Amino acid sequence: MKIKIFPIFLIITFSIIFFIFYKGLKNTNIYTPEIKSEIKIPNFDTKEFFSKDKVNSDQIFIGSNYYLLNIWASWCVPCKEEHKYLMDLSEKENIKIIGQNYKDNFDNAKNFLINLNNPYDYIFLDNDGTIAIEWGAYGVPETFLIQNNKIIKKIIGPLNEKLTFEIKKLTQ
Amino acid sequence: MNILKFLISGIFLIYCFSSDLKAKNLEIEITKNLRCLICQGQSVYDSDSEFANSLKILVKKKLNEGLDEKQIYVYLKDKYGDWILYDPGFSKNTYFLWLLPILMFIFGGAIILRKVILKKKKL
Repeated sequence: MKIKIFPIFLIITFSIIFFIFYKGLKNTNIYTPEIKSEIKIPNFDTKEFFSKDKVNSDQIFIGSNYYLLNIWASWCVPCKEEHKYLMDLSEKENIKIIGQNYKDNFDNAKNFLINLNNPYDYIFLDNDGTIAIEWGAYGVPETFLIQNNKIIKKIIGPLNEKLTFEIKKLTQ
Repeated sequence: MNILKFLISGIFLIYCFSSDLKAKNLEIEITKNLRCLICQGQSVYDSDSEFANSLKILVKKKLNEGLDEKQIYVYLKDKYGDWILYDPGFSKNTYFLWLLPILMFIFGGAIILRKVILKKKKL
C-alpha cells in the first residue's frame, strides 16, 4: 500500500509544480499597480507653474467638469510622443487639461511648451515628485481623467490614438 | 583620567546623535521594506530612480507629520497595492503564502514522526 501511494503522490506534486512554473513562464514579470477606478483625488498644496503662486488642489479641480491631469516633464521622451494627442484633446471644449510638471527645470519646461505649443489650461509644479506619489503614479507620463473629484480613468505611459479616442468617448 | 574624559565625551556625543539617528533608522527601515516599482527587485532604499528618491522624501515628510511606520505602509498600500511592501500583511490574498510554511512543517513533522514510531515498533 505504501509503495503505491508514494509514486502517485510524487507524480502529482511534480505535475502541479511543472504546471505552475509553465504558466508563470509566460507571465510578465513587470508589475503595474492595479487600476482602481472611481477613487477620490488627493488633496495637496502646490505652486502654479508660471507665477509660482501657492495653490491648493481644491482650487484646481472644481465641480463636475472633466479634467485631464497629465504628469509630464521636458526631459521625458514619451511626453513628446504623446504631445500631439494632448493638443488634439485641448481642442475639446468640455475637458480642461491640467499639467503636472514633474521634477523639471523651469527654463527647459518653458522651452518645451514654446517649441511644441501648450495644450494645458493650467500647470502646477511637482518639484520633488511627492505629488505624483499622492496620485499613485510612479513614472512619467501618466494621465488621469477626473470628474466630480474622482479618477474615472488612469493611463500609465504615453497617450496614443486609441486612448485619445477612448477619452473622447468617455467625455461625450 | 584621560580614559575617563574620553569616555564622557564619547557618551555625550552618542547621546546627542542618538535621537537624530533613531529617526534616520526608522526612515531607512521603512524604505528598505518598500519595493521600487521602476527597478523591480530593488528596495526603495537601494534604488536611485526618480520614483525611489521621491518616495524617500515622502517617507521623511510623513514621519515628520507624525505618522508611524504602519500608517505609512497603509497609506502606500492604498496607492500602489500589496506589491509595494516586501513584507505583505495577513489578508485574504496572502493566507496561502503565510500558512504554507506552517502546513509544510506540520505535514513534514507528521511524516518524520510516523517513521520514528514505525522504526521503534520494528525494534
